[in-house]
Amino acid sequence: MPPPALPLLPGEPGELAIRLRGVVKRYGPITAVDRLDLDVPLGTCVGLLGPNGAGKSTTMRLLTAQSIADEGELEVLGFRLPAESKAARAQCGVTPQLDNLDVTLTVEQNLLVFTHLYRVGRSERRAAIETALKLANLVDRRDSRVDKLSGGMRRRLLIARALVHRPRLVLLDEPTVGLDPQVRQELWALIDALRAEGTTILMSTHYIEEAQRLADTVLIMSHGQRVAAGPPAQLVAEHAGSEAVEVYGSPGRLTEVEAEAAAAGLRTRRTGTSISVLGVEGADGRAPEGERRPANLEDVFVLLTGEQID
Amino acid sequence: MATAAERPRKLGRLERPALTGVLVREIVNYSSYWRSATFSSTVEPTIYLLAFGFGFGSLVSRVAGYDYVEFVGTGIVATAVLFSSAFAAMFGTFIKYQFQHTYDAILAAPVDTEELVTAEVLWVASRAGVYGCVPLLVSMVFGLDPSWGMLSVPFIGFLAGFGWACFGIMIAGFAKSIDNFNYVISAVLTPLFLVAGTFFPLDGLPRWAQIAGEFNPLHHCVELVRHAAFGWEGWSDAASVAALVAFGLVTWRVAIYAMERKLID
Repeated sequence: MPPPALPLLPGEPGELAIRLRGVVKRYGPITAVDRLDLDVPLGTCVGLLGPNGAGKSTTMRLLTAQSIADEGELEVLGFRLPAESKAARAQCGVTPQLDNLDVTLTVEQNLLVFTHLYRVGRSERRAAIETALKLANLVDRRDSRVDKLSGGMRRRLLIARALVHRPRLVLLDEPTVGLDPQVRQELWALIDALRAEGTTILMSTHYIEEAQRLADTVLIMSHGQRVAAGPPAQLVAEHAGSEAVEVYGSPGRLTEVEAEAAAAGLRTRRTGTSISVLGVEGADGRAPEGERRPANLEDVFVLLTGEQID
Repeated sequence: MATAAERPRKLGRLERPALTGVLVREIVNYSSYWRSATFSSTVEPTIYLLAFGFGFGSLVSRVAGYDYVEFVGTGIVATAVLFSSAFAAMFGTFIKYQFQHTYDAILAAPVDTEELVTAEVLWVASRAGVYGCVPLLVSMVFGLDPSWGMLSVPFIGFLAGFGWACFGIMIAGFAKSIDNFNYVISAVLTPLFLVAGTFFPLDGLPRWAQIAGEFNPLHHCVELVRHAAFGWEGWSDAASVAALVAFGLVTWRVAIYAMERKLID
């Protein structure tokens, strides 16, 4: 039965690729996702940022109906979940956190399998595989078995595999976790290229730099809840100001700096080796001596999700 | 480009493209391990055939009106079907779920658990139908006469293999760890395998054991294969087919239930 309110045309400004309202997911006594609201407008890249255990992966699983929410409304590409999830999944590409490529198959065979799973028409299969090979920069490795590939190549293949059917929405769950900086940069270039093509992306990550570089909007999660959302620059300005001072010293000295800053009405966060005193741009003489640097998303992240991870 | 409004909002159940997708994955994967699978499916029944056929065959020449080699050679078909379906499904499902996370990838595609399980079962059952014929071919080398009825053996193997594949997936779905399989193998599969009329006829057993044998799907598979080779027996065979169909239907639904519980939280 078609519902009364039909979704807007694809690509129309303001249409949401993902819309979550008051979503709750519990596992026994643990509430993994707690009254979560999430909007992903079509054509944008949204970063789901949070420490381990914040509920990012559960949120990703809810979007493919591999988890079923206990409460709340979920819509993906205008389809209501979980009832219409299969139709939504047909237009989504998913890159899981755990590599689940078929390792005894070749690169090309892995892509071929996914053209079938995602119902790419017979006449388009060849071209879809070629496009994916080019995108992942694996044209020369098409006949290599997956267990002979490097970690970076496997990740690229994992992303390319999610794109064989030209999905309107791509879900990337921790796309660069556990990779070298060089490989990570390579993947960022790949994701950025997708974004430039207008593909809608929802990406979960606990790497702040990743979110800052790639996401148009960031949603910070902690304990299953949304603690802040907005463009990275705006979040930084709002929560951490524009400038910070980094003070290094002995643990005793750092405690003193913390107390002094608190007395001067300035916010601080510990970085492990130093104290960052935030919002010093308007503090004149109240700010301690130290290295001045622009405030960043990491400041916001730690301020909002806490210094200790429990 | 089609809009969401024009497309069906809800895709159907047991869709052909979804089944094909899962089957293609299995077939492409099979190209990388068919040698070892074929080796074990051929060698195992051959060893049983040689051991029992010649070992027992030297003690007893005729059983239930057949040459012992004929008796065992046809009976072993059910063993081959069991090994290539129940075991493949149990271990294959568990490994794909637990270690390879394959099902996470498949369920993120437009495939539901019901389709995933059904396609996996169709694949395993087809393989069991083919591998089930191997003992017959081996037995022919040792003197079993070919007959037209034997052409139905792949279909009998498929039917029995369907139920056993569902049984295997069901066990994998309920199992908490791969060690749990030991209970099932020792307490369920081994007795069913030995008391199926494969190596000795059930007629000589106590009455209660004969009645219990009627509830052993493997026994019905043994009977059907033997009758396919040496002559059909009407209603008795129809009842065996019905028993295998019932076994397949029940285990199919339970397997889907078990996997939904495991895969969707």
